[in-house]
Amino acid sequence: MSQRVTSVSRVVIRFAGDSGDGMQLVGDRFTAQSTLFGNDVSTFPDFPAEIRAPGGTLPGVSAFQIQFADHSVSTPGDAADVLVAMNPAALRANLGGLPRGADVIVDTDEFTGRNLVKAGYPAGVSPLADGSLAGYRVHAVALTALTVGALRSFDLPRRDAERGRNMFALGLLSWMYHRPTEATVAFLREKFARRPELAAANVAAFTAGWNYGETTESFGGGYRVASAPREPGRYRTITGNRALAYGLIAAADRAGLPLFLGSYPITPASDILHELSRQRHFGVTTFQAEDEIAGIGAALGASFGGSLGVTTTSGPGLALKSETIGLAVSLELPLVIVDVQRGGPSTGLPTKTEQSDLLQALYGRNGESPVPVLAASSPGDCFGAAVEAVRIAVTYRTPVVLLSDGYLANGSEPWRVPEVDELPVIAPAFATGPNAVDADGTPCFQPYLRDPDTLARPWAVPGTPGLEHRVGGLEKADRTGEISYDAANHDHMVRTRRAKVDRIARGLPPLVVDDPGGRAEVLVLGWGSTAGPIAAACTEVRAAGGAVARAHLRHLDPFPADLGELLGRYRRVLVPEMNLGQLAGLLRARYPVDVESLTQVRGMPFKVAELRTAIEKVAADV
Amino acid sequence: MSDTPLLTIAERPASPPSARDFRSDQEVRWCPGCGDYAILAAVQGFLPELGLRRENIVFVSGIGCSSRFPYYLDTYGMHSIHGRAPAIATGLAVSRPDLSVWVVTGDGDALSIGGNHLIHALRRNVNLKILLFNNRIYGLTKGQYSPTSETGKITKSTPEGSLDHPFNPVSLALGAEAGFVARTLDSDRKHLTSVLRAAAAHEGTALVEIYQNCNIFNDGAFERLKAPGTRDEHVLRLEHGAPMRYGPAGVRTVVRDPGGGLRPGAADDAAVVHDAHTSDPVPAFALSRLPEAGGPTPIGVFRSVRRPTYDGAVAEQGRRVRAARGPGSVADLLGGGDTWTVPAPFGSEAR
Repeated sequence: MSQRVTSVSRVVIRFAGDSGDGMQLVGDRFTAQSTLFGNDVSTFPDFPAEIRAPGGTLPGVSAFQIQFADHSVSTPGDAADVLVAMNPAALRANLGGLPRGADVIVDTDEFTGRNLVKAGYPAGVSPLADGSLAGYRVHAVALTALTVGALRSFDLPRRDAERGRNMFALGLLSWMYHRPTEATVAFLREKFARRPELAAANVAAFTAGWNYGETTESFGGGYRVASAPREPGRYRTITGNRALAYGLIAAADRAGLPLFLGSYPITPASDILHELSRQRHFGVTTFQAEDEIAGIGAALGASFGGSLGVTTTSGPGLALKSETIGLAVSLELPLVIVDVQRGGPSTGLPTKTEQSDLLQALYGRNGESPVPVLAASSPGDCFGAAVEAVRIAVTYRTPVVLLSDGYLANGSEPWRVPEVDELPVIAPAFATGPNAVDADGTPCFQPYLRDPDTLARPWAVPGTPGLEHRVGGLEKADRTGEISYDAANHDHMVRTRRAKVDRIARGLPPLVVDDPGGRAEVLVLGWGSTAGPIAAACTEVRAAGGAVARAHLRHLDPFPADLGELLGRYRRVLVPEMNLGQLAGLLRARYPVDVESLTQVRGMPFKVAELRTAIEKVAADV
Repeated sequence: MSDTPLLTIAERPASPPSARDFRSDQEVRWCPGCGDYAILAAVQGFLPELGLRRENIVFVSGIGCSSRFPYYLDTYGMHSIHGRAPAIATGLAVSRPDLSVWVVTGDGDALSIGGNHLIHALRRNVNLKILLFNNRIYGLTKGQYSPTSETGKITKSTPEGSLDHPFNPVSLALGAEAGFVARTLDSDRKHLTSVLRAAAAHEGTALVEIYQNCNIFNDGAFERLKAPGTRDEHVLRLEHGAPMRYGPAGVRTVVRDPGGGLRPGAADDAAVVHDAHTSDPVPAFALSRLPEAGGPTPIGVFRSVRRPTYDGAVAEQGRRVRAARGPGSVADLLGGGDTWTVPAPFGSEAR
């Protein structure tokens, strides 16, 4: 029997099962194995808002998609090449987007009459028998029975043994794609360190899945996806939320400031709170507040006291924090507000992704209340974006909104671990003494006397003798910070606060334009998490002989100084966004360029194929 | 980064500070005759007693007439937004345990818009001293009823009389398990100062309700507690360890009600002895309900019980984690987990 190994360049696998089936764990492990093997990967966990929707139903389906390749990939893939469906609901929920010819691996033991009805199939109908899967390569595997059989020697209740079937499936897929297994075995032993019999059972199920692949002929000899070339360096896989938490810690460390997080749990931002809570030994204090308002209030109080105040939330929470952000604008103190965007309005789609908080971040406050806004563009970029947010907050004494989203938060990718000395030095430069003289010539402290370069005011923390001062939300007199209702002073202060935010652009690097041939007449301009799909689509357009330029915005306020000039260089500018055109509207208002908006609000990242079609359509009409 | 305080409390200065040292150069802008003036004078007079340098004291306020308070003290201060002062002060006190942090708030600020933050500050027992100026009216918005206004209050927003039942701030604070709860009067400087002294000495959150007269929109709200002819009849001055007697020459008593609470008793009844330090919050709660039982209004310290402070626990946990794990290394954090190395191509410089 000769088993031929097939070489492929890239593969997309979608693991789908019930919320309690452990699909996210399987996905995480497969990701780790793939990155350790050397592939490039991009992942997309896709789970319901309910913790445990009724078992076996469509709302309870939880999925994890991974693309891994022998070249650089920037998205989790438009459609799966392989669907692993642990039950009928998982099959039914994911069949829609599945291209014909895909491999479908199902656990036949779950395709009982009762489960089929729960998944919404008419009584007596099974997709395994009615021909509806014709065109797919269906691998009907008795995953449950095989797992229970493999664990017979363990003295486990049947239910516990059955739960090992996710590891069996992982073992099978690991064999199919020749993944290294050592890290997963080590992971299971550590995860179940306190229950060695469960560790051994999970390893046994994992191994049984691998052996099943090797002995059955159903999968041929499996597939090989070679490792992807990468820049030299040390790498790890990282999710956006973890990278963001690490960025905050690293930046606080660079600034020599204790980090204080005031936060209230909210999907999909809570993992940042969880991660920071585990890092107390860095001088991190995490405060789980009674509500979103108290979260940011405590963070602002800590900033007043000389800490780096941070609050983390999602769209509904940002709405609640608006008034305090306005206070921070008035106090001119460093504060970082992280908004991990999700589908809205209102509670919306808590576990799905969207970019629809841009205008809220920019303008969702009373009065002229300018706040620098940045957005991360990939899971790994959440690290750098967090460092940049801290740099701006501390340097310019201002609240900063950092936008991430559900896709970045939970998605993961290989990330080159930076050296600490590559990170910017951030200088809090606390005020320590008088900075002015009063009318009779005695030295005094003016809390709103500004740095001529940055327009930042001094940061004088309680405990510093001689600098006692009062700040507040009432309009302040220029320099002295005393309450002032003077008309001209208010006009001056409003314009100065705006000018301070505009000054940030002076310190930004020029925009990077990706236009290999230099002959493109179409520019695709994105911001935030659309970076991956846009990059992939542009690559495809170019591979097909087209020319397109690409640029991506990290800074949404202020815009980079060269943005207007860049936009003017192209005959057409396409702006894809997961909202109804928020950035496009801002650009049209600001620059004499009729940008074209491409929008989608389906709770999912753009599909590369759709973007490619849209770009080619614009390019064809130049 | 370390969790050692940025600064430690400075030595007492050579020349003892006076009230004048705590007075800022700002013109005080309350209505003439406002009770806030008396409270400000009492606080300025008391602060030197703390033995702290003024740079180590912070006053945080919300919004309302009383919340202008920080502008008039030459300490660090923040006039924040409506209802949020306890939350902001919590962040400050937790991150800077070396500071003496005071919150100034009013009945609308603390009990309406900021009710949530108040009860959670009390529950956590953060080291804050909260001065709640209760004038039973909204002053800065010109005279609407407040959450402590009596039912039936005729105001601009309730021309037919208010319908909702008021909060009793002391009962509320005790319900939130506050360790220190006291009440005093704006016009009784000596009593006010003694309560401030007890609050300052308490470790953890101290709530001091100060009955404060708004002479513009609710004048005389506490008059019967203040007027020489009526105050003895209507005020019970609490003293730990003393029998609870009031009335002219102390002829009246407070006794246990068979229902479990307290009520006014006869002159020859044995008065209940006030115990502010008992861990059981029930006696203090019963005391807070005394006016509703037809008895006098107690002033003084209802409850003063030590329990672990939140800020202390945060600092202790931080020390414990650091002792167990050592100070964090950013390089180790970033390079933790499963990592792999892509070598530089042969002949090129390693990165």
